[in-house]
Amino acid sequence: MSEKFEPIIIGFTCNWCSYRAADLAGTARVKYPPNIRLIRLMCSGRVDPTFILKALSEGADAVLITGCHPGECHYIEQNYKTMRRVKLLQRTLAQMGIEPERVKLVWASAAQGVMLAQEITKMVEEVRALGPLNWPGRMREATIIGEHPAVEEVVA
Amino acid sequence: MSQDTHAEDKERIGVYVCHCGSNISATVDVEDVAVWSKDALGEDGVVVSRDYKFMCSSLGQELIERDIQEQGLTRVVVAACSPHLHEQTFRGACNRAGLNGYLCEMVSIREQVSWVHTDKVAATAKAKAMVAGGVERVIKNEPLEPLHVPIHEHTLVVGGGIAGIQAALEIADSGNKVYLVEREASIGGHMAQFDKTFPTLDCAACILTPKMVTAGNHPNIELLTWSEVERVDGYVGNFTVTIKQKPRYVDTDLCTGCGICWEKCPKKVVDEVFEAGLGYRTAVYTPFAQAVPKYPVIDPDTCTYFLRGKCRACEKLCPTDAIDFSQTVTYKTVTVGNIILATGFDTFDARRIPQYGYGRLANVFTSVEFERMCNAAGPTNGDIVMRDGVSKPESVAIVHCVGSRDRNYNNHCSVICCMSSLKFAHLVKERTGARVYNFYIDMRTAYKDYDEFYQRLLEEGNLFIRGRVAEITDAARLPGEEGKLIVQAEDTLVGKQRRVPVDMVVLAVGLEPRHDAAEVAHKFGISCSSNGWFIEKHPKLDPVATMTEGIYVAGAAQGPKDIPSSVAQGSAAAARVLSRINKGEIELEPVRATVDAQKCSGCRICNDLCPFGAIIFHEDLMVTEINHALCQGCGTCVAACPAGAISGSGFSNEQVMSQIEGLLAFSLPNNLIELVPA
Repeated sequence: MSEKFEPIIIGFTCNWCSYRAADLAGTARVKYPPNIRLIRLMCSGRVDPTFILKALSEGADAVLITGCHPGECHYIEQNYKTMRRVKLLQRTLAQMGIEPERVKLVWASAAQGVMLAQEITKMVEEVRALGPLNWPGRMREATIIGEHPAVEEVVA
Repeated sequence: MSQDTHAEDKERIGVYVCHCGSNISATVDVEDVAVWSKDALGEDGVVVSRDYKFMCSSLGQELIERDIQEQGLTRVVVAACSPHLHEQTFRGACNRAGLNGYLCEMVSIREQVSWVHTDKVAATAKAKAMVAGGVERVIKNEPLEPLHVPIHEHTLVVGGGIAGIQAALEIADSGNKVYLVEREASIGGHMAQFDKTFPTLDCAACILTPKMVTAGNHPNIELLTWSEVERVDGYVGNFTVTIKQKPRYVDTDLCTGCGICWEKCPKKVVDEVFEAGLGYRTAVYTPFAQAVPKYPVIDPDTCTYFLRGKCRACEKLCPTDAIDFSQTVTYKTVTVGNIILATGFDTFDARRIPQYGYGRLANVFTSVEFERMCNAAGPTNGDIVMRDGVSKPESVAIVHCVGSRDRNYNNHCSVICCMSSLKFAHLVKERTGARVYNFYIDMRTAYKDYDEFYQRLLEEGNLFIRGRVAEITDAARLPGEEGKLIVQAEDTLVGKQRRVPVDMVVLAVGLEPRHDAAEVAHKFGISCSSNGWFIEKHPKLDPVATMTEGIYVAGAAQGPKDIPSSVAQGSAAAARVLSRINKGEIELEPVRATVDAQKCSGCRICNDLCPFGAIIFHEDLMVTEINHALCQGCGTCVAACPAGAISGSGFSNEQVMSQIEGLLAFSLPNNLIELVPA
């Protein structure tokens, strides 16, 4: 761990609230670290848990899911479904040995640009402390081990 | 890394990186991003990449159009500002050049990169990753066509206060039909309770009742009073609304509004609604003399016949036999293209602040009670008197911000209370000559002629004390306090406590969202803010539209506001509806979910997920289908389908997965640090 680790975070945003909060953070020139890359969806309810797993398996160190505050969902109540899915996925990830903190759900209304920027900053620091996830690297490693004759014997 | 001209199946992608003057180029090396895009993403099909000072200018758009035509581009990625700003612009450019606009993808490197980051190297790297994400995603984009929805020319206005009346009149005057639904027996709303309006002090009834009469007689307005919306189905352009009409027990076809029934009714009850508990009405009543419609209602909760089975005096005395005790709840179903919600506000219940003594100390009044007291047609015929109904006060305290600007109750400013308190102060001075103390936190007299009114009040000799009132009590401690109400407050301008003995206190109660606002919002498919007001589409640029197409808001339901602002919003909402009706149809984003019946296993996991009722299950075929007219495109069902049978156009699994790959493809080398232990 020679140099400073810079995590990469994938953020899923809702078209109606958090994406607009990100727009607002920009318009207001609120600064946050460049470690996050946002993806726009129509609703946090569109976040398929496989998107989160995909991001982690492609090299993201963490995933941020953002949506409208409870009761303020543009699609009435879909953010509640997101909440359930994320909670469930966090438990599953914990069982797989992945820190559940790597998947975080944050509510941000279209007016909360500053808050969203603060949450991103906070999450970058948290993930920096957690260290790299390196799922792709570990997968490669697992494949190499998997090819090892001794391991194959054990498995067989 | 060079373009592969032979591969027929590969997309030909153009990447356009905008400088936005120096807005982007100051923090992102845009030339580098453009050059890199073609080099690094050439294998993915990027054949052109350019940077330009202002991509959104006509010259910038022409650049894209020319490339589409000359280079045969099949996909376009524009790295510039937020898609909320210019997505339509670049889709338009693509359409003009013969490329379906939905094959264009925007990457927000201004709002999400240059404006929020400072390190140019990191910002440029992030911009590249985002362009890569956009390129991978756009490859999976599919050509789409906007949905065209016809607009039914009828409109529903919910709420017959001044905002709703204004909206209904504007639309009706244009020749289009309006259904105006009002919960109470008459239209008029809160404004009908008032005596004078600030700052002009013109009589509220004189300016409101003509509008009420016009609305009542208008050939294009169907008034549905004593009614509530029960159910809303459908979508913009074609809503089916079920309206519950409570029984009036009066046949409106026969009733002439002569008034014999309410003159003769032997049952008198306190009128808690219109008279705010200060006056009485009979069991059969109209809320006030100028009510529109003029027909009374019988209140079954207080009518002797309903309570004891005897009386029917009104029925015997009615000259036109209009009383009909056999009426029951009826339901009316109407089809409308647009809906305006002007459901207004509730006032703060002053009993919630026990230290102000309302309900315990007789001569503490609320502003609503005081409005009725001032009203010449009110319970005291306009005399400002104490609770005993005769004695005139010699001193009056007006307490501002009751339930507003207070973390214990409501954080918001109720907007109207400063001005209405000034109006009260003027009326008290004018009618009784009493000393008037205004206890305020800040005087908020913005808008035309309001501050001039405040100046006038200062000159009239009204007293203003800056400080929130701590307590109102009848416990005298000092000489001169006996028999008085003592208002205790810190005068924050001089920094000392004051105890002001007065005869009467008026609490300027704040405005709150309707108690059932959340329920109503849910019924119409719109949202409330965390403090309960209906949320508009944009607080500045789209103040009367909502996030739900075809539903508009007007008046205080959207937030506290005075009469001029409510009227302006009523007209604004009407203008928005009329533009829709005039055009005849609207274009909607074709973001919709579709079920592949071949893949659907009939598990029904998605069936309960849709709040819009767009998901239908065919029992006979054991497959689910999505009604595109009802689907709003959130994608929750797409995410839930375990068989991957539901696809969401515009945001398909393939698009999102590819974007994730693109975003992460170029970040690994810098991100990975020796992890494998030596």
